[in-house]
Amino acid sequence: MSAPADAIGTEPKIELRGLKKAFGAKTVLDGIDLSVGEGESVVIIGGSGTGKSVMLKCILGLLWPDAGSICIDGMDVSALADRTRQTHTAKIGMLFQGSALFDSLTVWENVAFALRSRTAMSRSEAREIALGKLAQVGLGPDVADLSPAELSGGMQRRVALARAIATDPEIVFFDEPTAGLDPILGDIINRLIVDCVRHVGATAVSITHDMTSARKIADRIAMLHDGRIIWDGPAGDIDSSGNAFVDQFIHGRAEGPIGMAVRR
Amino acid sequence: MNFLAPIGRVFIAFLVATGRLVAFAAVSVSHCVRPPFYGRSIGRQMIQIGYFSLPVVGLTAIFTGMVLALQSYTGFARLNAESAIATVVVLSMTRELGPVLAGLMVAGRVGAAIAAEVGTMRVTEQIDALTTLSTNPYKYLIVPRLIAGVATLPLLVLVADIIGVFGGYAVSVHSLDFNAANYLKLTWEFLQPIDIVTGLVKAAVFGFLVTLMGCYHGFHSRGGAQGVGAAATNAVVSSSVLILASNYMLTLAFFGA
Ligand SMILES: Nc1ncnc2c1ncn2[C@@H]1O[C@H](COP(=O)(O)OP(=O)(O)O)[C@@H](O)[C@H]1O
Ligand SMILES: [Mg+2]
Repeated sequence: MSAPADAIGTEPKIELRGLKKAFGAKTVLDGIDLSVGEGESVVIIGGSGTGKSVMLKCILGLLWPDAGSICIDGMDVSALADRTRQTHTAKIGMLFQGSALFDSLTVWENVAFALRSRTAMSRSEAREIALGKLAQVGLGPDVADLSPAELSGGMQRRVALARAIATDPEIVFFDEPTAGLDPILGDIINRLIVDCVRHVGATAVSITHDMTSARKIADRIAMLHDGRIIWDGPAGDIDSSGNAFVDQFIHGRAEGPIGMAVRR
Repeated sequence: MNFLAPIGRVFIAFLVATGRLVAFAAVSVSHCVRPPFYGRSIGRQMIQIGYFSLPVVGLTAIFTGMVLALQSYTGFARLNAESAIATVVVLSMTRELGPVLAGLMVAGRVGAAIAAEVGTMRVTEQIDALTTLSTNPYKYLIVPRLIAGVATLPLLVLVADIIGVFGGYAVSVHSLDFNAANYLKLTWEFLQPIDIVTGLVKAAVFGFLVTLMGCYHGFHSRGGAQGVGAAATNAVVSSSVLILASNYMLTLAFFGA
């Protein structure tokens, strides 16, 4: 018996079930359930230190979850050994919160890193592709041979973004993509993420505090609080969520249920 | 019985740390023999670890050779045994002082630098980034440093031996009125190949220890700039202690009763 064709299309690209992670006595993720469909753009919002980055790192296999399952394309990767797992996580491009550029390499070598590590591509060919990706994030060929330390924070951010999408991955994680960028550059990055999803067909999970950016790039928004997803819905419904936590967060109010939780 | 608990805790912590280090070393070495290999990185590390350590190792060796000649003269002159000076200088340099001093200097220079570099990569998530870009951090970061350490330290020690013997020769001939040809003849007389070879084997072991401790402490550093600083300190202290301890064991193994 073969599965009906539409069932394949509706299988979630990423599915988290009961994901838990604690550091020592401190529980950060306390049972996350989240599924992301193919070609969908999901934005995770939530206060600083609620474990958004930890969640992405668990999916990438950089941190080991304490419990729960992580399925990518229907395959539970949390149970796999390191090397087999790599073949699944290689589908994912990651923009780290701190950019994490290699400071021993030049800008273009950073962008072309995965091209060179995964394929036997020649230096000149990889450089061509890297220059193209840099152009997409608004950087000219003049920065290609600089070292990342010679760039401003906003330029480093964009180089890191170019590196994350350099191999045209099926899944892309953006950890605070617009943090530290001016509003205009922020909008260029938002468009780039939308482009990735709409035109390239990638599945995107982004973390952001910037609600303008969230509204632009999200198909769906999920809010993480106290180790759980407390609200999850279409981006259009965010203003009428009826959830006091979400309302407080998107309006940036100091008073509300989240503030109470902090004071207690 | 309660006073035993802290002792037990310290002992268990020590066992855990040792186990972690041994596991790290085993994983690193197993990656040394499996492809892919990063030839360019190995070359770069050899220059960093070997070539750039030449000045400091050379200076250490020449002064040590000179002081050895002076001190053994004050001792042996009283016994009318000045002819032993050349032998003392060459044997001490090749067997012990060459490898140990070069190892300690490289521990200070290279061990700290490796721990700081790898540690910074850890705390700025560059090591995580390597993994997401399909590159094994052991192969890319650790293996080139280990190979470079093991390969270049013996060469450094060979240079140190020659410079140290030259230091002793210079002092003996110019300050202690030795006959140059006679001093050289005495130098060669009791020198066996085994003296040089054991020194070089020691050097390879020290090169492994220094780079391993640098990588280990850097790889497991956490907590920003402070953590990286602590990693650098721990790398230097632990590799220095390991060099001196393993030097004793190796001497015992080579020349022991
Ligand atoms: N490697 C780690 N070791 C210990 N604690 C960690 C580690 N990584 C993250 N944490 C803790 O987990 C919590 C969530 O961190 P993070 O996911 O970075 O927050 P954010 O939601 O702002 O991205 C923080 O309190 C942080 O201190
Ligand atoms: Mg974060």
